[in-house]
Amino acid sequence: MTGFVSLFRRLEGPQTVGRGPAFWSLFAIVLAIGLAYPLFSDGYTVGNTVYFFVWVFIALSLCLIWGYGGSLSFGQTAFFGIAGYGYGVLTLNFGAAYGFTLVAFVAAIAIAALFAVLLGYFMFFGRIAGVFLGIVTLAVTLMLERFMAQTAGPEWHIGSARLNGFNGMSAMPPLTIPWPGQPIVLFADVGLYYFVLGLLVFVYLALRILMNSSFGNVIVAIRENPERAEMLGYDIRKYQLITFVIGAALAGISGVLYTAWGQYITPSSMGMTAAALPLIWVAVGGRSDLTSTVVGTLVVLAAFQALTIYGSQYALVFMGVLLVLTVLIAPNGLVLGAMNWLGRLAARLTRRAG
Amino acid sequence: MDIATHVFSALYQFGDAFAFLVLSACGLAVIFGMMGVINLAHGEFIMCGAYVTAATVHAGLPLPLGILAGTVVSALVGVLVELAVIRHLYDRPLDTIVATWGLSLIATQGTLIMVGSTMAGVGTPFGSFQVGDYSYSIYRIVLFCAALGVLAALYALFNWTRFGVLARATIQVPHMAAALGVDTRLIYSLTFACGAGLAGLAGGLYAPTMTLVPTMGATFIMEAFVTVVIGGADVFLGTAPAGGLLAIVKSGMTSWQGQLFGQIGLLVAVIIVVRVLPKGISGFVLRERT
Repeated sequence: MTGFVSLFRRLEGPQTVGRGPAFWSLFAIVLAIGLAYPLFSDGYTVGNTVYFFVWVFIALSLCLIWGYGGSLSFGQTAFFGIAGYGYGVLTLNFGAAYGFTLVAFVAAIAIAALFAVLLGYFMFFGRIAGVFLGIVTLAVTLMLERFMAQTAGPEWHIGSARLNGFNGMSAMPPLTIPWPGQPIVLFADVGLYYFVLGLLVFVYLALRILMNSSFGNVIVAIRENPERAEMLGYDIRKYQLITFVIGAALAGISGVLYTAWGQYITPSSMGMTAAALPLIWVAVGGRSDLTSTVVGTLVVLAAFQALTIYGSQYALVFMGVLLVLTVLIAPNGLVLGAMNWLGRLAARLTRRAG
Repeated sequence: MDIATHVFSALYQFGDAFAFLVLSACGLAVIFGMMGVINLAHGEFIMCGAYVTAATVHAGLPLPLGILAGTVVSALVGVLVELAVIRHLYDRPLDTIVATWGLSLIATQGTLIMVGSTMAGVGTPFGSFQVGDYSYSIYRIVLFCAALGVLAALYALFNWTRFGVLARATIQVPHMAAALGVDTRLIYSLTFACGAGLAGLAGGLYAPTMTLVPTMGATFIMEAFVTVVIGGADVFLGTAPAGGLLAIVKSGMTSWQGQLFGQIGLLVAVIIVVRVLPKGISGFVLRERT
């Protein structure tokens, strides 16, 4: 019981912004709005909102690896793609009966994590850091895209699932929860919305606990100064590898949910542009904080979609400009900057009141 | 078919791969070796060179002048980029990657909007010649010679000119060079322009051999990155031998299993080399020397 309570105490701490009753009541209000939202909206809009939520996991993975861990990885889309294709291959082969889609969900994420163990071993135990890490992960991502794009021929299949080259795989079953009588099929509307929202809240809170635990503190210590962390007796390679694998699993969650959401996955989901977008969300939001990342991702995604509707060609140019300007002017991110400013304001007000 | 034609075929493919790796990587390597900055917009500088070359050739200029124009325009764009963005980020190398990636997005999409999804190409000059049963393009031999020429010119530039001396001083101890009166900011700008110009040169040289699309930079960057990662910070001790090593891997794998496996072979080679030699070939060589 006490262990449980101390776990909850880790929900706030030095590594995450937001503490005290004010923050958590705001959190509760936002959550309540999120829960009530489908009641006031139609299925299509809710399905579109799920699409936004799906991407938050990959943004959180980048936040973890880049923001907290200090190693810039361009490879998150690779794990996204691996898990997405994994889910497709598994469900197309074994179908959706008996809740198998949930097994496929977990298995696909495990495949992505396993791939991360392999790649991460070579990188971190080879002591690649900084710029090189970004390049090796980017090269892996582009390689995967090229590989999947040339699998058009009928000889490229895993079991009965054709890989279909550049057109990608489609028609895999959506996530299905086995239920006595009638299994619940989570199509891309209200059902999937609650599933993804629940998962998102769980992952967000779990990451807050993880980052404020001793593990999180070591990760941040490595970011600040790897040599010092090593002198203090931590095997930084192990910590970096574990962070990398957790990040890969989070990106994998995004991949599987995306595949289950739209019932398709294509190689271009691992291309240059796809790899750049999470980076923009995280950089603009504020890479070194979980809450900023979540808020930033949702805001930028919504803005990007609005731009795509009104001026489709210029949306990407705008995103590029936004990224460059963020890096030049507000390197810590816009949302994080705003939140810190609000925090200071609140502190000043309470001091004056007290 | 006798053994000699086999040997020639292998050599030709090696030379082709070597030229591609060295030409696409040397601009990146010059910038990285100088400032520790990886320019993710490198592919877009290559694209810029190729587009300008094609445009000038369409306007009636001979190909060599077109390539020169592509090189110069890319270098000028490089100066602008350095002044506007890179200059402010020298103490934050990771952020430079992110910023240059933003630039690359802008450039790719901007070109798509302004020029369209494709541009009329330039015919490959010189024709071909026959050895055994196969015909070979003469232009590929020209490219190989160009790669060797670029390496020689860079060697001369960095070792025999005043700029080279100042640049190497700035690489070794920047603040000492600055204290001795070297305008290090100017040197950085010039080096960045040099790297961007080399990228433009690569684009111009390869413009006659490929289709010109806004995303064409992406076909170069993986090879360029891989060569720079394996090579390390020094162009002559790193990029050149890395180009040779990777060309063997790539041409061998390509003729054995096809183009894609050539690239996969490159990637595997990189991951293994990096595990063994974290600082690349030049880091290894320099450590042995001291």
